[in-house]
This record gives sequence, structure tokens and C-alpha cells, in this order.
Amino acid sequence: MLEEARNRWHPIASTSDLPHRHVFHGQLMGREFAVWRADDGFVNVWENRCLHRGVRLSIGINDGRELKCQYHGWRYANRTAGCTYIPAHPADAPARTITNRTFPAVERYGLVWSAEEPIGEVPDIAGLAECDLLVLRAIPVNAPAGRVIERLKAHRFQPSGKLDAADGEISVEAAQEFSIALRSRYGGSETLAVFFVQPVDSNRSVIRGVLDHGVQGAGRIAVLRHHNERLSALRDLAEREAAAAPAPAPIEPVYERVSPELAELPELTTHGRKAALRVTVSKKWPAADGIAGFELRPVKGLLPTFHPGAHIDVHMPNGEIRQYSITNGPGETDRFVIGVKLERDSKGGSKCMHETVREGDVLAISEPRNNFPLRRDAVKTLFVAGGIGITPLLAMAQALKNQNLAYELHYFAQTEAQLAFPDRLEPLGNALKPHLGLSPEQTGAALRELLSSYKRDMHLYICGPGPMLEAARAVAAEQGWPETAVHFEYFKNTNMIDDSSSFQVALARSCVTLKVPAGKTILEAMREAGIDMPSSCEQGACGTCLATVIEGEPDHQDVYLSRSERESGTKIMTCVSRAKSARLVLDI
Amino acid sequence: MPMATHCSDRVLLNDWHVVADGSALPANVPFSTCLLGVDLSISARNDGAIRIVRADTGARVNSVQRYGFLWACLGKPERDILYIPEADEPDRHLVSGGSIAVKVSGLRAVENFLDMGHFPFIHTGWLGEEPHTEVVPYKVEITNQDEVLATECKFYQPIASPTARKGMIVDYIYKVIRPYTVALYKSNPLQKDRLDVITLFVQPVDEENCVAHPYLCYLKDGMDAATVRSFMQLIFAQDKPILENQVPKRLPLDPRAETPIRADAVSVYYRRWLRDRAVTYGAIPAHA
Repeated sequence: MLEEARNRWHPIASTSDLPHRHVFHGQLMGREFAVWRADDGFVNVWENRCLHRGVRLSIGINDGRELKCQYHGWRYANRTAGCTYIPAHPADAPARTITNRTFPAVERYGLVWSAEEPIGEVPDIAGLAECDLLVLRAIPVNAPAGRVIERLKAHRFQPSGKLDAADGEISVEAAQEFSIALRSRYGGSETLAVFFVQPVDSNRSVIRGVLDHGVQGAGRIAVLRHHNERLSALRDLAEREAAAAPAPAPIEPVYERVSPELAELPELTTHGRKAALRVTVSKKWPAADGIAGFELRPVKGLLPTFHPGAHIDVHMPNGEIRQYSITNGPGETDRFVIGVKLERDSKGGSKCMHETVREGDVLAISEPRNNFPLRRDAVKTLFVAGGIGITPLLAMAQALKNQNLAYELHYFAQTEAQLAFPDRLEPLGNALKPHLGLSPEQTGAALRELLSSYKRDMHLYICGPGPMLEAARAVAAEQGWPETAVHFEYFKNTNMIDDSSSFQVALARSCVTLKVPAGKTILEAMREAGIDMPSSCEQGACGTCLATVIEGEPDHQDVYLSRSERESGTKIMTCVSRAKSARLVLDI
Repeated sequence: MPMATHCSDRVLLNDWHVVADGSALPANVPFSTCLLGVDLSISARNDGAIRIVRADTGARVNSVQRYGFLWACLGKPERDILYIPEADEPDRHLVSGGSIAVKVSGLRAVENFLDMGHFPFIHTGWLGEEPHTEVVPYKVEITNQDEVLATECKFYQPIASPTARKGMIVDYIYKVIRPYTVALYKSNPLQKDRLDVITLFVQPVDEENCVAHPYLCYLKDGMDAATVRSFMQLIFAQDKPILENQVPKRLPLDPRAETPIRADAVSVYYRRWLRDRAVTYGAIPAHA
């Protein structure tokens, strides 16, 4: 019976069990759920154990957008259940595939319904309207569901309008394996009660009753008490019977194993510039002067989990591919919001987005990648944004705000009308520090002032146009900021790429040696040899195609690596950088 | 999956386990406890002699007193109780931290003891504090004595010990000595070149229940014994509710049962070490 029961929808909670920012401990057939409602209304039904060490997530913290595990502070996103932050490793973006097991959730008849592997929809119950119902108090019973249903077939109660009258006449309107509908009539009064029996375990159940009409005022309490008393008497009887019978073995839930790559410390996934996701442009609007906002929703299913600082590749109708940072705050997982600035010298990317792409269009995008991860172990974080460089920093600022961590967002723009996404900036309050209409000299002075206060465990994130970024990095270095505390992301690589050299690349783990001739990149040579390697901007700015150098001297031409990373000679961006030595050995 | 009530791991049956804190044993009244699923009755005579018998067969069980604890071995003792050199140093308090029953496998309790990542979240304001959450890489090895040893562990702690006056980066060494015995060594806030030692003797009551008996060897400098003891109890009381919410209660040895991160390197070694030594009691074996 219970095997089949796995394919059915069962109520696991009342909607009133999910008040603001609560996490409810639900149970079905031996399996525990952490059930929580995010501030956007979405009901999450998750396996009740953190993937890290198995601690119940029902003792975790619902911050309205994410669920935080009590044990190590791992954060899981609303809707996708993907892990967005691992505090023990603040400099790393967690592997996207660390995703908790989710179960479907439907709210109906004042109850939350779920199932292990549902077939079909939540059942329609004849006679139960959606709007005018009275949900009874849930009655837990230490007895198998089948026994409880048998007892309910002989259950008696009064119509809500005639609680004190002689016994109402009861008719069984419908009876199934896990539910029964009873009608009570007396005089002109009648009430339909539907009792759903939730199989909690092989020997435990919960009776969830729903009446076909709500009752207002003092009468409501009287009706609830009436049913409470009748059902409690039924419970006593069912429990006495169950205690006399041999107890069935408890159901052992099967926990899904994590993927093999997560069992060991995760490596980078290998894929090329793929656009696996299809999204609809659900909204396009002027997010500021010269900047269009795009809201992208999945054509089907869920969007993958993103982390603040992540970007997506957008494959445009004209064949161009561009990278845009996700501006979303934590838990906003039903859509990606990006901002696109119209570039005067656009080669077709931003022009296409501004002029061709419209609401309702379908776009191909890549999964989010994060090469600009946000640490959350700083005593204070400074963000310095120039123009459209606001987009990744906006996602970061919203994440820190949500965790009540100290930060300031310094936003350099020419005019107030150029400040993008005012709806997202406004809630940041005083942490937002706009710097408007400054000349390059004034910008330098402002940077010197705001970067003068470096203390240990502070971190700085910069994103903006090249010259401003260079200036900010220089000022930070001059004011004593260690390089490890300064994080930056360039929009694009404006260096002239010199691809005249030719050299050999040995791929240590793949046991392959390749020739890279002049005019071809390491990435292209690898792809031709059938070696898949992730990439995104392919101009040395985003960090996706990073490889580890085991031997040889790299010829760095990117803008992603920091100076010390370049000098260490252990990392290379394979899309633009080359070799000074005749041979390069990479850990691929 | 039915829970084995009796242990068949020879390495555990033929080893010594703490079954009581000697100072807490009632005089003239038998004290009941359970070890590896076997109910035991302990009686202490006025002259100090101790007798432990199995409740099922009435047979006498090997017992001995050391470090202030009462130890029992259900089988044939194959090796002596471990030696703690710091217990011989006269300038240390040698106290028990109290015997704390926890409804979880003792192996989970050992793993929690090895874990720095939870300090800011579970021991907030004492052993850790957000946003100082990073676990920097440390070294792990299996020693010649067949112990799991983690060295170069460092963590920022606001109040690392009762004598700490301000936050400091604390150095830790962890050592798993036997499957249910683990020790930590941490820098003393006053004598920076010396280490305070806590050895945790975990009594496997059954597969899903344990009693943790911490044994503290703390430098006396600036501290009394009662303070050491109450600090340990404060910390352990913070761990207990989390441990009791681990699902499943037994420690899974399948590497794909849970998701380790770099900070968990010592647990990865510990689980592998248990697997290689065929310890199954309190564990969910890898092939299950």
C-alpha cells in the first residue's frame, strides 16, 4: 500500500503551519521534510538534512530568501535549494551542483501537499470550494493510516450550525485509501467534512480535516472544539487497537547519494561555451539612462543556483555572445535580472539587446558562473562601482545586507539618472554612497579618501571601466590594501593581444601534447583536440577558462589575474595568454 | 535497516572504554550503564573496590580505574588504556568535564570534536564568531602509531579559554587515538608555548547513543578547576542539541552519503580510517 502511496499527493502541513520565517518539520512515510515559505510566497519542501553533515534543516534559519543550516552556516536558496555560500571557504563559490533534494509543494484546501514521486495532480474534492473553508486542528495518531481510515468510516459529528442538537445523520460521500468525505445533516443544516489521513510512518498518521464552510466569530471556536473532541475520542480508540496489534517495522527513508564528484573535493566542471538554458524576456525596462534592464524567466523548470558576482553568457539572436552579471539579491531565484548598457561603439552586442530583443523573446543563456566570488568573512566590505560596473556589486551588496554584514557601496556615475536599478539601490539606505559628476581627478581624490581606512579583515570589490579600475587598484595599493583584499572584475580586456608566438602545450592529466601556432589560442587548440574546457568571454576578462601551470613560463595577456597571481606563474587564462617558454605544462 | 544491538567489532570489544566518572559514582548503590549494547551494573564498595557485572549473564567484566574514570573491557584486553603524558605534569588541573549523554552515535560525537567549521555558529562568542568563519588549510596524516593527526589548525576565537581576555588566533592539534577516543591540544592564552589538552573518551552506549567523558589537562596558571569544568560544560551543552539533530544518527562511511569540503579533511581521513579498520559499530558501512 505504501509503495503506491509514494505516488500520491498527501497533505503534510496546514498553510497556517508556515508563518513568517518559520521552518516546519513535516513527515511523510518515514521521511522528514523541512517546509518553509520564503518572503516571495514560495513554499519549499526539502529533505530535512543538510547535505554537509546531515543536520536537520528544520532547526535552521529562514531569512526570507534562504535557509541557513545551524551547524556550519551553509546557505541554501529559496526554490532551487542550491547551496549559495559555505562560510568555511569564504573565497570560493560553492559548486553549483550542491543542491538539496526538493519535493513538490502545492497549497490547496488550506493544506500544503507534497509527494515523493507524484503521478498526476492534487486531487479535486467535490464539494470543497477553495475560498470558504475551515481547516481543523491536525490530530496526530499513533496508528497506521489504514486503521485510521477504517475508524473514520464510523466517525460521527454534528453539522456546524447544530452542534447541540441530537445526533446528526451521517453519510459517507466518498472513501479512498487516504481520505474520506462525510456529510452530517440535522434539520435543515448540513456540513461536509473531508478527512485526509497523512501516513507519517508505518504506524503513525495525522488526521487533517477540512469543513466545506467557514464559521465566523465565537461559533468558530465551538466548531473547532467539537471536532477536536470527536477526533480525539477516535484517536484513543485507534491507538488502543494499534497497540494491541503487532507494530509494523518503521519505514526507512532512502537518502539519495550525493554525486561522485561531490564526494571528493569538487573540481571545475568541464564544458565549453554552452547555452544550456532557455529563458523568456519577461520584462524589459529602462533601468537608468542608457541602461536597459532585462528580467529573464525560465521557459521551463527552475533556473540554476547563482551566487553573488556570477555572470551568464547571453547568446543573442544575431549570433553574438556577451557576458552580463546577475543583479539579483539572495533567494530571488525565479528569474535573472541583468542590466545592459548601450555602448556607443557597440559591435552588435548591446545594440542588439537594446534594439532587437523584446519582451516575450526567448534567449539562450549559459549557466551562471562565478569567477568573482564574494567573501562574507570581512569585518567590513567596500564596493566601488563605476557606471554599469554596479551590476555584480549590486548582487553582492544585497547579499551582505541580507546577512546584516557591514558594507558600503560607492557608486560613481555622471548623473543621478544614470544610477541603475533604483528599486534595488533604495533599500540599501545609507550604505549606498553615490559619487556624481566627478572629473577623473576628483574621482582619484574620492577614491583616496574612501580607501584611506584600511583595517585587517576588510575587503574591497571593484568593477567599472578600465581606467577607473586601474586607478582604484593603484590607490588601494598605495593606501596599504594587501592584494589579497582587493578583488576586481573588468568588463573587457582592452590590451592588444599579441598572438604571434608559437609553442607547445602539454596537458598533464590528459596526456596530450598540442602545438599552438601563431594566430590560434591555447583554448582553440585544446578544443580542436577534443578537450572540453569551460570558457565565457574569451578575451581574458572573466576568469572562466583558468588553468593551472605546472611547468613553463606564461605570457599573460589577460586582465583577470592579480599581479601576484601573474608573478607566481602558476595560473593562465587559456583564451588569450600564451607561453614565453617553448613549452607549457598545464594541469588539465 | 535494523540496528545491531550487540557489537561484533573485535577492535572495540577487546579495548577499554570509560563507563563512569569515578567521582560521580554513588557509594553502596549499584550504578547501571550500558556499553556496546550490553547492560552493566557497577557497584563500589566502601573500601573503594569496584565490581562490574553484565546484567544479561551476571558475568564479571574486566575493570580498572585510571585518570579518575572507571574503565571496562567486555572481551580480552588487547592493549592498555592510552597514556596521556600531560596527566603527569604537576602544574595542570586534571579534571573530568562531566559525563554527558548524547542521543547520537559516538562516532558522530568524535567527528564533531574534530570540526572547527562550526565554531562561529554553535559556539558563537566563545570559540568563534561571524564573520570570522574561514577554515584555512591544515595538514592531516596517519601516524606511525596508527592515529589520525591534524596539525597546523588555526582558528580565530573571541574567548578561547576561561583565561582568554581578548580574541586570538588559536592553534590546534587534533588526534584521533582510538575509534571512540579523540584529543585536542590548543594554545594556552597565558603560556603561549604550552598546550592545554582535552581528551574525549566516548562511551558507545549503543549504536545510536553515547556518553561523552571529557578529560581536561589544563594549565593551572590563572584558573581554578571548577572554571575549567564549567567552561567545558558550557561548550558541550552547545554541541549537544546539534548532534542530536543529525540524521541518520549513525556515522555514514559511504563517501557519497554526505558532502565533504576542504575544511573537513580530518573527517574524511577519520571516516576512511574507520572503514579501513572495519569499525562498523555506530557506523553505516560503506557498502550498505
